[in-house]
Order: sequence, then structure tokens, then C-alpha cells
Amino acid sequence: MSSAFLTVVLAILWAGITNNFSGLNLLFGALIGGMAIVMLRYSIRQRGSLRKAAKVLALTALFFRELMASALRVAYVVLHPNLKAVVKPAIVAVPLTVKSDAEITLLANMITLTPGTLSIDVSKDRSVLYVHALSMEDDKALIADIANGFEARIKEVFN
Amino acid sequence: MIVDLALYLGGVLLVFGALFCLLAAVGVIRLPDLYTRMHAASKAGAVGGGLILLAVAVTCFDTGVFLRAIVGILFLLLTTPISAHLLARASYLTGYKPSESTHRDDLKTRLEQNRPA
Repeated sequence: MSSAFLTVVLAILWAGITNNFSGLNLLFGALIGGMAIVMLRYSIRQRGSLRKAAKVLALTALFFRELMASALRVAYVVLHPNLKAVVKPAIVAVPLTVKSDAEITLLANMITLTPGTLSIDVSKDRSVLYVHALSMEDDKALIADIANGFEARIKEVFN
Repeated sequence: MIVDLALYLGGVLLVFGALFCLLAAVGVIRLPDLYTRMHAASKAGAVGGGLILLAVAVTCFDTGVFLRAIVGILFLLLTTPISAHLLARASYLTGYKPSESTHRDDLKTRLEQNRPA
């Protein structure tokens, strides 16, 4: 996606949100969008293509599925009559293979919104993500889950 | 016909959204410590709020409101995990202990290693 195209998209989005498609408002939207792109140009380098878009969509679909599963899981735990039996919290160090700030941020956010996990901290050298699990049975399964699920998909999108 | 359908769908979404918000609140009361409570508040809360905004989007029949509701959902999903993460991290670093039932704590080991002797 070129930044000119992105500016147009942002301008239209702005006009839609403010519910005013007048020329002046579109121009104002383009101005704000352009400024945002200038500020963010280092983190959104050229990597747009249709194939990538499909991968982004796959990641989004996976995310929404996991989000629903996660809400249902929390609902189940919360309503369980014997809370002590289902809540087995643990803080686990999950080794990271993604390196850039954008990837780690995305992964940490997605982990927080998926079943039974909440990211707490990243180690200084960015090699480990500390994850809090609501009810953990098996640490290896948890780590493998994150590595094969979101981490693999995020890598596909970013590389 | 379509209008009726949208209204019914919106109603169902609204009820489910409210249900998840209620469950989030119950979770915040019932769970043992801040970290487990953040699970309830961040997940059930985000899904509940998101479903309610989605209900608004389906029933409003207005492009401006629709777009704003969708963008609202996006921002909700972007910001909820960050606040949950920040609260959990800040409490951990200021010394709030996880509940007794926490059976493993890798972060504690790390912090102890880094502490100057």
C-alpha cells in the first residue's frame, strides 16, 4: 500500500466517522491522515500485496475465533461453583522468536485477548515474554500453543 | 423484512453483550487476585463491550454511526489488552503478590536474579 493510497483511505474513513463528506472535511481528513502516516512511516514500511492481505485476514479470523473462545472460557471459569478446582494460575516464561517491536506488541496484545493467557512483561533483551495463565495444566502445551498459533501467523504477515 | 431482521439480530447481540459484561463483573468479584481478575475484566469485558457496539452498528441504519461503532470496536480491542497488561505489570513490579494458588512463577525467579546483591 503506497502512502498516497493510505491517505485517501484515511480521509474517507475520517469523513465517514464525522458523517460529513464535504470537500473541506475530506481535505481535513487527508491532512490528519497524512500527518499520521508521516509520523508512522518507519513502522509501516512497504510490505503491501494481495497475498499479504490474505494472511492478514487469516490472522484476523483466527484472532476473532480465539477471542470468542476466550470469553466463553472465562465465563465457564467464573461461573464454576468450585472456583479453586478450575483456577490454577501460573506465570510462565515464553521464549520469543519474533524480534521487532511491532511484532512483539501485536503478539502480546493477542495473547492477552486469547483463552486463559495475559501477557505481563517482556525481558530486557526481548527474548522472553512473561505470560500469566488463568489455569495451566501443562507449561509445554501452553508454550507450543503460542508458538504454533499466533507467533507463526504473525511472522507470516511481517516477513 | 431486512429491518426486522436487523432489529432482532441487534437485540440478540445486545443481550449477549450485557451478559458478558455481567460475567466480567462476577469474575472481578470471584477470582482470587489481580492477575486472574484482569483475565475476566479484559476478555469478557472487551467481548461484552464489542458486542454491544456491534448491536448499535446493526440497528442504527446510518453510515456515520455504523462506521463509528466499528471503529469503536477496533479501538476497544486495541486498548483493552494494553490497560490489562499495564495494570498487571505495574502491580507485579510494585510487589503485589500473586495469590497462593499460583503454582509457578517464572517472573519471580528472573527478578531475583537481576536484583543487585
